[in-house]
Amino acid sequence: METNTLMTGLYVFVLAAFIGYMVISRVPPLLHTPLMSATNAISAISVVGALLAAGSEHNTLSTVLGCTAVASAMTNVIGGFMITDRMLKMFKKDKGKG
Amino acid sequence: MTTPLLIQLTYLAASISFILGLKYLSSPETARRGMFLAEIGMLMAIVGTLLNREIVSYEWIIIGMLIGTLAGGAIAIWTPMTAMPQRTALSHAFGALAATLVGIAEYYTHGAALGPVKISAIGLECMFGALTFTGSLMAAAKLQELMRGSPITFKGQNFFNIALFTFILGLVIYLVLSPASGFIFYLMLALCTLFGILLVLPIGSADMPVVISLLNSYAGLAGSATGFVLSNNVLIIAGALDGASGLLLSILMCKAMNRSIMNVLFGAFGQAPSGSAAVPAQAAEGPTRTVKKLSVDEAAEMLLISRSVIVVPGYGMAAAQAQHGVRECAELLKGQGTKVRYAIHPVAGRMPGHMNVLLAEANVPYDELIDMDDINAEFPEADVALVMGANDVTNPAARHDTQSPIFGMPILDVDKAKTVIVCKRSMKPGFAGIDNELYLNPVTFMLFGDAKSTAEKLAEALKQKQAVSK
Repeated sequence: METNTLMTGLYVFVLAAFIGYMVISRVPPLLHTPLMSATNAISAISVVGALLAAGSEHNTLSTVLGCTAVASAMTNVIGGFMITDRMLKMFKKDKGKG
Repeated sequence: MTTPLLIQLTYLAASISFILGLKYLSSPETARRGMFLAEIGMLMAIVGTLLNREIVSYEWIIIGMLIGTLAGGAIAIWTPMTAMPQRTALSHAFGALAATLVGIAEYYTHGAALGPVKISAIGLECMFGALTFTGSLMAAAKLQELMRGSPITFKGQNFFNIALFTFILGLVIYLVLSPASGFIFYLMLALCTLFGILLVLPIGSADMPVVISLLNSYAGLAGSATGFVLSNNVLIIAGALDGASGLLLSILMCKAMNRSIMNVLFGAFGQAPSGSAAVPAQAAEGPTRTVKKLSVDEAAEMLLISRSVIVVPGYGMAAAQAQHGVRECAELLKGQGTKVRYAIHPVAGRMPGHMNVLLAEANVPYDELIDMDDINAEFPEADVALVMGANDVTNPAARHDTQSPIFGMPILDVDKAKTVIVCKRSMKPGFAGIDNELYLNPVTFMLFGDAKSTAEKLAEALKQKQAVSK
Protein backbone atom coordinates (compact mmCIF):
# COMPACT_ATOMS: atom_id res chain seq x y z
CA MET A 1 0.00 0.00 0.00
CA GLU A 2 2.76 2.40 0.95
CA THR A 3 4.66 1.69 -2.26
CA ASN A 4 1.55 2.66 -4.21
CA THR A 5 1.21 5.99 -2.44
CA LEU A 6 4.90 6.66 -2.93
CA MET A 7 4.78 5.88 -6.64
CA THR A 8 1.70 8.02 -7.18
CA GLY A 9 3.46 10.81 -5.31
CA LEU A 10 6.57 10.45 -7.46
CA TYR A 11 4.48 10.51 -10.66
CA VAL A 12 2.73 13.67 -9.46
CA PHE A 13 6.08 15.25 -8.59
CA VAL A 14 7.76 14.46 -11.90
CA LEU A 15 4.79 15.52 -14.01
CA ALA A 16 4.30 18.73 -12.03
CA ALA A 17 8.00 19.54 -12.40
CA PHE A 18 7.72 19.07 -16.17
CA ILE A 19 4.62 21.23 -16.41
CA GLY A 20 6.29 23.80 -14.20
CA TYR A 21 9.37 23.87 -16.39
CA MET A 22 7.30 24.26 -19.57
CA VAL A 23 4.99 26.92 -18.21
CA ILE A 24 7.73 28.89 -16.50
CA SER A 25 10.11 28.86 -19.47
CA ARG A 26 7.47 30.95 -21.25
CA VAL A 27 7.51 33.68 -18.62
CA PRO A 28 9.47 36.62 -20.11
CA PRO A 29 12.57 37.91 -18.25
CA LEU A 30 10.54 41.11 -17.80
CA LEU A 31 8.47 39.31 -15.15
CA HIS A 32 11.12 37.13 -13.50
CA THR A 33 11.03 38.98 -10.19
CA PRO A 34 7.23 38.75 -9.86
CA LEU A 35 7.54 35.11 -10.97
CA MET A 36 9.85 34.34 -8.11
CA SER A 37 7.62 35.97 -5.53
CA ALA A 38 4.58 34.25 -7.07
CA THR A 39 6.06 30.75 -6.92
CA ASN A 40 7.17 31.58 -3.42
CA ALA A 41 3.64 32.48 -2.40
CA ILE A 42 2.32 29.35 -4.09
CA SER A 43 4.75 27.05 -2.34
CA ALA A 44 3.55 28.56 0.93
CA ILE A 45 0.72 26.05 0.47
CA SER A 46 2.77 24.14 3.05
CA VAL A 47 0.56 26.16 5.39
CA VAL A 48 -1.79 23.20 4.93
CA GLY A 49 0.65 20.91 6.74
CA ALA A 50 1.27 23.56 9.36
CA LEU A 51 -2.47 23.92 10.05
CA LEU A 52 -2.77 20.18 10.65
CA ALA A 53 0.19 20.22 13.03
CA ALA A 54 -1.08 23.26 14.93
CA GLY A 55 -4.66 22.10 15.30
CA SER A 56 -4.32 18.36 15.95
CA GLU A 57 -3.45 18.57 19.67
CA HIS A 58 -1.07 15.59 19.49
CA ASN A 59 1.32 17.14 21.99
CA THR A 60 2.45 20.59 23.12
CA LEU A 61 5.63 20.60 21.07
CA SER A 62 3.94 19.94 17.75
CA THR A 63 1.28 22.52 18.56
CA VAL A 64 3.95 25.15 19.20
CA LEU A 65 5.99 24.14 16.14
CA GLY A 66 2.79 24.06 14.08
CA CYS A 67 1.75 27.50 15.27
CA THR A 68 5.18 28.94 14.34
CA ALA A 69 4.97 27.16 10.98
CA VAL A 70 1.49 28.59 10.36
CA ALA A 71 2.82 32.08 11.13
CA SER A 72 5.81 31.79 8.79
CA ALA A 73 3.86 30.16 5.96
CA MET A 74 1.08 32.73 6.30
CA THR A 75 3.69 35.50 6.08
CA ASN A 76 4.59 34.12 2.67
CA VAL A 77 1.00 33.62 1.54
CA ILE A 78 -0.08 37.16 2.36
CA GLY A 79 3.26 38.89 1.74
CA GLY A 80 4.01 36.92 -1.42
CA PHE A 81 0.71 37.50 -3.16
CA MET A 82 0.40 41.14 -2.06
CA ILE A 83 3.89 42.07 -3.19
CA THR A 84 3.50 40.20 -6.49
CA ASP A 85 0.38 42.21 -7.17
CA ARG A 86 2.11 45.42 -6.13
CA MET A 87 4.84 44.74 -8.69
CA LEU A 88 2.51 43.62 -11.47
CA LYS A 89 0.43 46.76 -11.02
CA MET A 90 3.48 48.84 -11.94
CA PHE A 91 3.95 47.23 -15.35
CA LYS A 92 2.12 49.55 -17.72
CA LYS A 93 2.16 49.99 -21.47
CA ASP A 94 2.93 53.34 -23.03
CA LYS A 95 -0.49 54.99 -23.37
CA GLY A 96 0.22 56.53 -26.76
CA LYS A 97 1.52 59.83 -25.41
CA GLY A 98 4.37 61.56 -27.20
CA MET B 1 -17.62 10.57 4.32
CA THR B 2 -18.13 13.45 1.94
CA THR B 3 -15.93 15.90 3.84
CA PRO B 4 -12.61 14.19 2.96
CA LEU B 5 -13.66 14.12 -0.69
CA LEU B 6 -14.57 17.80 -0.53
CA ILE B 7 -11.19 18.61 0.99
CA GLN B 8 -9.40 16.66 -1.74
CA LEU B 9 -11.40 18.52 -4.37
CA THR B 10 -10.36 21.90 -2.96
CA TYR B 11 -6.74 20.69 -3.21
CA LEU B 12 -7.27 19.67 -6.82
CA ALA B 13 -8.81 23.05 -7.60
CA ALA B 14 -5.89 24.79 -5.89
CA SER B 15 -3.37 22.80 -7.97
CA ILE B 16 -5.12 23.76 -11.19
CA SER B 17 -5.34 27.41 -10.19
CA PHE B 18 -1.61 27.51 -9.38
CA ILE B 19 -0.60 26.12 -12.76
CA LEU B 20 -2.98 28.43 -14.62
CA GLY B 21 -1.79 31.34 -12.51
CA LEU B 22 1.80 30.73 -13.59
CA LYS B 23 0.71 30.29 -17.20
CA TYR B 24 -0.93 33.73 -17.14
CA LEU B 25 2.41 35.17 -16.00
CA SER B 26 3.66 34.76 -19.58
CA SER B 27 2.31 38.23 -20.36
CA PRO B 28 2.13 41.38 -18.25
CA GLU B 29 -1.43 41.92 -19.47
CA THR B 30 -2.82 38.71 -18.01
CA ALA B 31 -0.43 38.37 -15.06
CA ARG B 32 -2.60 40.03 -12.42
CA ARG B 33 -5.62 37.95 -13.41
CA GLY B 34 -3.51 34.80 -13.06
CA MET B 35 -2.33 35.75 -9.61
CA PHE B 36 -5.90 36.44 -8.53
CA LEU B 37 -6.78 32.92 -9.64
CA ALA B 38 -3.87 31.49 -7.63
CA GLU B 39 -5.00 33.48 -4.57
CA ILE B 40 -8.49 31.97 -4.81
CA GLY B 41 -6.91 28.51 -5.08
CA MET B 42 -4.85 29.15 -1.96
CA LEU B 43 -7.90 30.38 -0.05
CA MET B 44 -9.87 27.27 -1.05
CA ALA B 45 -7.07 24.96 0.05
CA ILE B 46 -6.81 26.69 3.44
CA VAL B 47 -10.55 26.64 4.06
CA GLY B 48 -10.66 23.01 2.93
CA THR B 49 -7.92 22.06 5.38
CA LEU B 50 -9.72 23.75 8.25
CA LEU B 51 -12.64 21.37 7.65
CA ASN B 52 -10.35 18.43 8.34
CA ARG B 53 -11.53 16.37 11.32
CA GLU B 54 -7.99 15.97 12.62
CA ILE B 55 -8.08 19.63 13.56
CA VAL B 56 -9.68 19.84 16.97
CA SER B 57 -8.61 23.22 18.28
CA TYR B 58 -8.43 26.50 16.46
CA GLU B 59 -6.86 28.91 18.94
CA TRP B 60 -3.23 28.27 17.94
CA ILE B 61 -4.16 28.31 14.30
CA ILE B 62 -5.83 31.70 14.68
CA ILE B 63 -2.83 33.09 16.57
CA GLY B 64 -0.40 31.82 13.93
CA MET B 65 -2.52 33.12 11.07
CA LEU B 66 -2.91 36.51 12.69
CA ILE B 67 0.85 36.91 13.22
CA GLY B 68 1.61 35.72 9.68
CA THR B 69 -0.99 37.97 8.10
CA LEU B 70 0.25 41.04 9.95
CA ALA B 71 3.90 40.29 9.22
CA GLY B 72 3.27 39.45 5.57
CA GLY B 73 1.10 42.51 5.05
CA ALA B 74 3.64 44.80 6.66
CA ILE B 75 6.47 43.38 4.57
CA ALA B 76 4.43 43.66 1.38
CA ILE B 77 3.41 47.27 1.98
CA TRP B 78 6.67 48.71 3.23
CA THR B 79 9.40 46.88 1.30
CA PRO B 80 10.98 49.27 -1.21
CA MET B 81 11.50 47.81 -4.68
CA THR B 82 15.29 48.10 -4.36
CA ALA B 83 15.05 45.73 -1.37
CA MET B 84 13.10 43.09 -3.30
CA PRO B 85 16.05 40.62 -3.39
CA GLN B 86 16.35 40.71 0.41
CA ARG B 87 12.61 40.27 0.77
CA THR B 88 12.67 37.30 -1.55
CA ALA B 89 15.56 35.71 0.32
CA LEU B 90 13.69 36.24 3.61
CA SER B 91 10.54 34.66 2.23
CA HIS B 92 12.56 31.62 1.14
CA ALA B 93 13.74 31.43 4.73
CA PHE B 94 10.15 31.59 6.05
CA GLY B 95 8.94 28.95 3.61
CA ALA B 96 11.82 26.64 4.46
CA LEU B 97 11.28 27.21 8.19
CA ALA B 98 7.61 26.25 7.90
CA ALA B 99 8.50 23.02 6.06
CA THR B 100 11.21 22.13 8.57
CA LEU B 101 8.96 22.73 11.58
CA VAL B 102 6.20 20.61 10.11
CA GLY B 103 8.77 17.88 9.53
CA ILE B 104 10.03 18.07 13.11
CA ALA B 105 6.47 17.98 14.48
CA GLU B 106 5.67 14.90 12.37
CA TYR B 107 8.81 13.11 13.47
CA TYR B 108 8.32 14.03 17.13
CA THR B 109 4.70 12.89 17.11
CA HIS B 110 4.90 9.66 15.10
CA GLY B 111 8.60 8.75 15.17
CA ALA B 112 9.53 5.33 13.83
CA ALA B 113 5.87 4.46 13.24
CA LEU B 114 5.99 6.49 10.01
CA GLY B 115 7.79 3.77 8.07
CA PRO B 116 10.88 4.05 5.89
CA VAL B 117 9.27 5.95 2.99
CA LYS B 118 7.94 8.78 5.12
CA ILE B 119 11.08 8.87 7.23
CA SER B 120 13.22 9.41 4.14
CA ALA B 121 10.80 12.12 3.01
CA ILE B 122 11.06 13.79 6.43
CA GLY B 123 14.85 13.50 6.22
CA LEU B 124 14.94 15.27 2.87
CA GLU B 125 12.34 17.82 3.95
CA CYS B 126 14.30 18.79 7.05
CA MET B 127 17.62 18.71 5.22
CA PHE B 128 16.55 21.06 2.43
CA GLY B 129 14.42 23.10 4.82
CA ALA B 130 17.11 23.69 7.42
CA LEU B 131 19.90 24.52 4.99
CA THR B 132 17.62 26.81 2.97
CA PHE B 133 16.53 28.55 6.17
CA THR B 134 19.99 29.56 7.33
CA GLY B 135 21.35 29.96 3.80
CA SER B 136 18.57 32.39 2.91
CA LEU B 137 19.04 34.35 6.11
CA MET B 138 22.72 34.69 5.19
CA ALA B 139 21.87 35.78 1.67
CA ALA B 140 19.39 38.34 3.01
CA ALA B 141 22.00 39.68 5.45
CA LYS B 142 24.53 40.05 2.64
CA LEU B 143 22.02 41.79 0.37
CA GLN B 144 20.86 44.12 3.14
CA GLU B 145 24.58 44.80 3.78
CA LEU B 146 24.25 43.75 7.40
CA MET B 147 27.40 41.80 6.72
CA ARG B 148 30.24 42.06 4.21
CA GLY B 149 29.10 41.26 0.69
CA SER B 150 32.48 39.94 -0.39
CA PRO B 151 33.22 36.21 -0.27
CA ILE B 152 34.36 34.93 3.14
CA THR B 153 36.74 32.03 2.68
CA PHE B 154 39.00 29.84 4.76
CA LYS B 155 41.55 27.21 3.94
CA GLY B 156 40.13 23.83 2.95
CA GLN B 157 36.62 25.31 2.69
CA ASN B 158 35.47 23.34 -0.33
CA PHE B 159 36.79 20.10 1.09
CA PHE B 160 35.14 20.80 4.44
CA ASN B 161 31.77 21.68 2.86
CA ILE B 162 31.70 18.62 0.64
CA ALA B 163 32.73 16.38 3.52
CA LEU B 164 30.03 17.88 5.73
CA PHE B 165 27.37 17.43 3.07
CA THR B 166 28.39 13.80 2.51
CA PHE B 167 28.20 13.24 6.24
CA ILE B 168 24.68 14.77 6.33
CA LEU B 169 23.55 12.48 3.51
CA GLY B 170 25.02 9.56 5.46
CA LEU B 171 22.97 10.58 8.50
CA VAL B 172 19.77 10.72 6.41
CA ILE B 173 20.43 7.18 5.15
CA TYR B 174 21.22 5.99 8.68
CA LEU B 175 17.96 7.55 9.87
CA VAL B 176 15.98 5.64 7.26
CA LEU B 177 17.60 2.37 8.37
CA SER B 178 17.04 3.01 12.07
CA PRO B 179 14.21 5.53 12.27
CA ALA B 180 13.91 5.46 16.06
CA SER B 181 17.25 7.21 16.66
CA GLY B 182 16.09 10.71 17.53
CA PHE B 183 19.64 11.80 18.25
CA ILE B 184 20.64 11.25 14.61
CA PHE B 185 17.62 13.25 13.44
CA TYR B 186 18.42 16.28 15.58
CA LEU B 187 22.15 16.03 14.80
CA MET B 188 21.29 16.08 11.11
CA LEU B 189 19.08 19.15 11.64
CA ALA B 190 21.84 21.00 13.47
CA LEU B 191 24.45 20.16 10.82
CA CYS B 192 22.08 21.29 8.05
CA THR B 193 21.61 24.69 9.64
CA LEU B 194 25.39 24.95 9.83
CA PHE B 195 25.78 23.80 6.23
CA GLY B 196 23.34 26.48 5.02
CA ILE B 197 25.56 29.16 6.54
CA LEU B 198 28.76 27.66 5.13
CA LEU B 199 27.18 27.34 1.69
CA VAL B 200 26.48 31.07 1.32
CA LEU B 201 29.53 32.36 3.21
CA PRO B 202 31.96 32.16 0.24
CA ILE B 203 29.53 33.65 -2.28
CA GLY B 204 29.89 37.33 -3.20
CA SER B 205 27.09 39.88 -3.75
CA ALA B 206 27.58 39.76 -7.52
CA ASP B 207 26.57 36.11 -7.56
CA MET B 208 23.44 36.63 -5.48
CA PRO B 209 21.02 36.28 -8.43
CA VAL B 210 22.15 32.65 -8.81
CA VAL B 211 22.08 31.93 -5.09
CA ILE B 212 18.59 33.34 -4.63
CA SER B 213 17.30 31.25 -7.51
CA LEU B 214 19.00 28.16 -6.16
CA LEU B 215 17.58 28.68 -2.66
CA ASN B 216 14.18 29.17 -4.29
CA SER B 217 14.58 25.75 -5.83
CA TYR B 218 15.62 24.16 -2.51
CA ALA B 219 12.67 25.75 -0.70
CA GLY B 220 10.44 24.18 -3.35
CA LEU B 221 12.01 20.77 -2.86
CA ALA B 222 11.49 21.04 0.90
CA GLY B 223 7.82 21.85 0.24
CA SER B 224 7.50 18.90 -2.11
CA ALA B 225 9.03 16.56 0.46
CA THR B 226 6.46 17.82 2.98
CA GLY B 227 3.84 16.68 0.49
CA PHE B 228 5.32 13.17 0.51
CA VAL B 229 5.33 13.13 4.31
CA LEU B 230 1.67 14.16 4.54
CA SER B 231 0.62 12.23 1.40
CA ASN B 232 -0.72 15.50 0.05
CA ASN B 233 -0.56 16.03 -3.70
CA VAL B 234 -1.15 19.79 -3.75
CA LEU B 235 1.99 20.24 -1.64
CA ILE B 236 3.96 18.00 -3.98
CA ILE B 237 2.73 19.97 -7.00
CA ALA B 238 3.31 23.43 -5.56
CA GLY B 239 6.76 22.40 -4.36
CA ALA B 240 7.63 20.96 -7.77
CA LEU B 241 6.51 24.18 -9.48
CA ASP B 242 8.65 26.23 -7.11
CA GLY B 243 11.60 23.87 -7.54
CA ALA B 244 11.35 23.94 -11.33
CA SER B 245 11.12 27.72 -11.47
CA GLY B 246 14.10 28.11 -9.16
CA LEU B 247 16.15 25.67 -11.22
CA LEU B 248 15.22 27.37 -14.49
CA LEU B 249 16.12 30.81 -13.16
CA SER B 250 19.43 29.51 -11.75
CA ILE B 251 20.34 28.15 -15.17
CA LEU B 252 19.39 31.43 -16.88
CA MET B 253 21.40 33.48 -14.38
CA CYS B 254 24.44 31.22 -14.72
CA LYS B 255 24.27 31.52 -18.51
CA ALA B 256 24.06 35.30 -18.19
CA MET B 257 27.26 35.28 -16.17
CA ASN B 258 28.91 32.52 -18.20
CA ARG B 259 29.50 30.39 -15.12
CA SER B 260 28.42 26.97 -14.00
CA ILE B 261 26.46 26.44 -10.80
CA MET B 262 29.45 24.52 -9.43
CA ASN B 263 31.67 27.50 -10.17
CA VAL B 264 29.35 29.91 -8.35
CA LEU B 265 29.09 27.65 -5.30
CA PHE B 266 32.70 26.60 -5.04
CA GLY B 267 34.55 29.17 -7.13
CA ALA B 268 35.02 32.03 -4.66
CA PHE B 269 38.76 31.37 -4.56
CA GLY B 270 39.92 32.06 -8.08
CA GLN B 271 37.83 35.17 -8.51
CA ALA B 272 39.48 37.82 -6.39
CA PRO B 273 43.14 37.14 -7.30
CA SER B 274 42.52 36.82 -11.04
CA GLY B 275 40.49 40.04 -10.98
CA SER B 276 43.17 42.10 -9.26
CA ALA B 277 45.88 40.56 -11.42
CA ALA B 278 44.10 41.74 -14.55
CA VAL B 279 44.08 45.40 -13.51
CA PRO B 280 47.80 46.20 -13.74
CA ALA B 281 48.11 44.23 -16.97
CA GLN B 282 45.49 46.37 -18.65
CA ALA B 283 46.64 49.62 -17.12
CA ALA B 284 50.09 49.03 -18.60
CA GLU B 285 48.82 49.02 -22.17
CA GLY B 286 46.24 51.73 -21.47
CA PRO B 287 47.99 55.08 -22.03
CA THR B 288 47.85 54.88 -25.85
CA ARG B 289 44.18 55.87 -25.75
CA THR B 290 42.64 58.59 -23.65
CA VAL B 291 39.37 59.11 -21.89
CA LYS B 292 37.15 61.84 -23.37
CA LYS B 293 35.11 63.89 -20.94
CA LEU B 294 31.76 65.50 -21.59
CA SER B 295 29.73 68.20 -19.83
CA VAL B 296 26.03 67.86 -19.10
CA ASP B 297 25.31 70.55 -21.70
CA GLU B 298 27.23 68.74 -24.42
CA ALA B 299 25.53 65.48 -23.53
CA ALA B 300 22.12 67.17 -23.85
CA GLU B 301 23.08 68.53 -27.31
CA MET B 302 24.13 65.07 -28.41
CA LEU B 303 20.90 63.51 -27.22
CA LEU B 304 18.77 66.20 -28.87
CA ILE B 305 20.19 65.58 -32.34
CA SER B 306 19.91 61.80 -32.14
CA ARG B 307 16.99 59.85 -33.53
CA SER B 308 17.45 56.66 -31.59
CA VAL B 309 18.70 56.38 -28.01
CA ILE B 310 19.27 53.20 -26.01
CA VAL B 311 19.55 53.60 -22.25
CA VAL B 312 21.69 50.95 -20.54
CA PRO B 313 20.77 50.90 -16.85
CA GLY B 314 22.81 49.11 -14.19
CA TYR B 315 22.38 48.53 -10.51
CA GLY B 316 24.37 51.72 -9.84
CA MET B 317 21.51 53.74 -11.33
CA ALA B 318 18.93 52.03 -9.15
CA ALA B 319 21.04 52.29 -6.01
CA ALA B 320 21.34 56.04 -6.59
CA GLN B 321 17.58 56.30 -7.24
CA ALA B 322 18.39 57.92 -10.60
CA GLN B 323 15.70 56.05 -12.55
CA HIS B 324 13.13 58.84 -12.19
CA GLY B 325 15.56 61.40 -13.64
CA VAL B 326 16.45 59.03 -16.45
CA ARG B 327 12.79 58.45 -17.23
CA GLU B 328 12.23 62.22 -17.36
CA CYS B 329 15.05 62.58 -19.92
CA ALA B 330 13.50 59.76 -21.93
CA GLU B 331 10.07 61.42 -21.85
CA LEU B 332 11.54 64.71 -23.09
CA LEU B 333 13.33 62.95 -25.94
CA LYS B 334 10.26 60.93 -26.87
CA GLY B 335 8.31 64.18 -26.93
CA GLN B 336 10.37 65.35 -29.90
CA GLY B 337 10.07 62.01 -31.72
CA THR B 338 13.26 60.28 -30.62
CA LYS B 339 13.02 56.53 -30.22
CA VAL B 340 14.04 55.58 -26.69
CA ARG B 341 14.53 52.04 -25.43
CA TYR B 342 16.14 50.43 -22.39
CA ALA B 343 18.60 47.55 -22.76
CA ILE B 344 18.21 45.08 -19.91
CA HIS B 345 20.99 42.61 -19.13
CA PRO B 346 19.72 39.51 -17.27
CA VAL B 347 21.94 40.25 -14.27
CA ALA B 348 21.44 44.01 -14.25
CA GLY B 349 20.00 43.87 -10.72
CA ARG B 350 20.49 41.71 -7.66
CA MET B 351 17.90 39.09 -8.61
CA PRO B 352 16.36 37.81 -11.85
CA GLY B 353 14.30 40.55 -13.51
CA HIS B 354 15.07 43.09 -10.79
CA MET B 355 15.93 45.96 -13.17
CA ASN B 356 12.59 45.65 -14.97
CA VAL B 357 10.72 46.07 -11.71
CA LEU B 358 12.81 49.09 -10.70
CA LEU B 359 12.16 50.81 -14.04
CA ALA B 360 8.48 49.89 -14.05
CA GLU B 361 8.25 51.49 -10.62
CA ALA B 362 9.67 54.69 -12.16
CA ASN B 363 6.79 54.57 -14.67
CA VAL B 364 8.84 53.38 -17.62
CA PRO B 365 6.39 51.59 -19.95
CA TYR B 366 7.30 47.90 -20.14
CA ASP B 367 7.29 47.79 -23.95
CA GLU B 368 10.42 49.96 -23.85
CA LEU B 369 12.29 47.44 -21.68
CA ILE B 370 14.11 45.16 -24.12
CA ASP B 371 16.03 42.00 -23.21
CA MET B 372 19.67 41.67 -24.13
CA ASP B 373 19.13 39.12 -26.91
CA ASP B 374 16.64 41.36 -28.69
CA ILE B 375 18.35 44.73 -28.26
CA ASN B 376 21.90 43.71 -29.18
CA ALA B 377 21.14 43.68 -32.91
CA GLU B 378 19.91 47.28 -32.64
CA PHE B 379 22.96 48.94 -31.10
CA PRO B 380 24.61 49.64 -34.50
CA GLU B 381 21.49 51.67 -35.44
CA ALA B 382 21.48 53.66 -32.21
CA ASP B 383 22.82 57.21 -32.35
CA VAL B 384 23.52 57.29 -28.64
CA ALA B 385 23.87 54.54 -26.05
CA LEU B 386 23.48 56.14 -22.62
CA VAL B 387 25.12 53.92 -19.99
CA MET B 388 23.84 54.67 -16.49
CA GLY B 389 25.63 52.84 -13.70
CA ALA B 390 26.26 49.67 -15.71
CA ASN B 391 29.82 48.47 -16.00
CA ASP B 392 30.94 44.86 -16.41
CA VAL B 393 27.94 43.94 -18.58
CA THR B 394 29.15 46.50 -21.17
CA ASN B 395 32.84 45.52 -21.22
CA PRO B 396 33.87 44.43 -24.74
CA ALA B 397 36.78 42.51 -23.18
CA ALA B 398 34.24 39.75 -22.49
CA ARG B 399 34.14 39.11 -26.26
CA HIS B 400 37.83 38.95 -27.17
CA ASP B 401 40.17 39.10 -24.17
CA THR B 402 40.74 35.49 -23.14
CA GLN B 403 42.73 36.73 -20.12
CA SER B 404 39.81 38.69 -18.71
CA PRO B 405 37.92 37.10 -15.80
CA ILE B 406 34.66 37.98 -17.52
CA PHE B 407 35.69 36.46 -20.86
CA GLY B 408 32.78 34.65 -22.48
CA MET B 409 30.09 36.43 -20.46
CA PRO B 410 27.28 37.63 -22.72
CA ILE B 411 27.34 41.45 -22.79
CA LEU B 412 25.33 44.31 -24.21
CA ASP B 413 26.99 45.43 -27.46
CA VAL B 414 27.12 49.05 -26.31
CA ASP B 415 30.43 49.70 -28.11
CA LYS B 416 28.71 49.16 -31.47
CA ALA B 417 26.51 52.25 -31.06
CA LYS B 418 27.45 55.36 -33.07
CA THR B 419 28.25 57.22 -29.86
CA VAL B 420 28.36 56.12 -26.25
CA ILE B 421 27.81 58.33 -23.21
CA VAL B 422 28.85 56.73 -19.95
CA CYS B 423 27.54 58.33 -16.79
CA LYS B 424 29.76 57.30 -13.91
CA ARG B 425 31.02 58.64 -10.63
CA SER B 426 34.69 57.91 -11.38
CA MET B 427 36.90 55.57 -13.35
CA LYS B 428 36.66 53.07 -10.50
CA PRO B 429 36.24 49.48 -11.76
CA GLY B 430 33.00 47.58 -11.10
CA PHE B 431 32.07 44.41 -9.21
CA ALA B 432 34.54 42.12 -10.96
CA GLY B 433 37.36 44.56 -10.19
CA ILE B 434 38.46 44.98 -13.79
CA ASP B 435 38.90 48.01 -16.05
CA ASN B 436 36.31 48.55 -18.74
CA GLU B 437 37.89 49.13 -22.13
CA LEU B 438 34.62 50.61 -23.35
CA TYR B 439 35.70 53.85 -21.64
CA LEU B 440 38.73 54.13 -23.93
CA ASN B 441 36.68 53.51 -27.07
CA PRO B 442 37.04 56.38 -29.63
CA VAL B 443 33.26 57.00 -29.68
CA THR B 444 32.84 56.91 -25.90
CA PHE B 445 32.37 60.08 -23.84
CA MET B 446 32.47 60.06 -20.06
CA LEU B 447 29.95 62.08 -18.13
CA PHE B 448 31.37 62.12 -14.61
CA GLY B 449 29.13 62.59 -11.60
CA ASP B 450 26.60 61.03 -9.30
CA ALA B 451 23.93 59.21 -11.35
CA LYS B 452 20.97 60.88 -9.68
CA SER B 453 22.09 64.50 -9.87
CA THR B 454 23.53 64.00 -13.37
CA ALA B 455 20.24 62.57 -14.64
CA GLU B 456 18.32 65.46 -13.09
CA LYS B 457 20.72 68.06 -14.54
CA LEU B 458 20.50 66.38 -17.91
CA ALA B 459 16.71 66.55 -17.86
CA GLU B 460 16.90 70.24 -16.92
CA ALA B 461 19.34 70.96 -19.78
CA LEU B 462 17.13 69.09 -22.26
CA LYS B 463 14.10 71.09 -21.14
CA GLN B 464 15.87 74.45 -21.56
CA LYS B 465 17.28 73.60 -24.98
CA GLN B 466 13.94 72.33 -26.22
CA ALA B 467 12.25 75.53 -25.00
CA VAL B 468 14.85 77.66 -26.85
CA SER B 469 14.47 75.80 -30.12
CA LYS B 470 10.69 76.26 -29.99
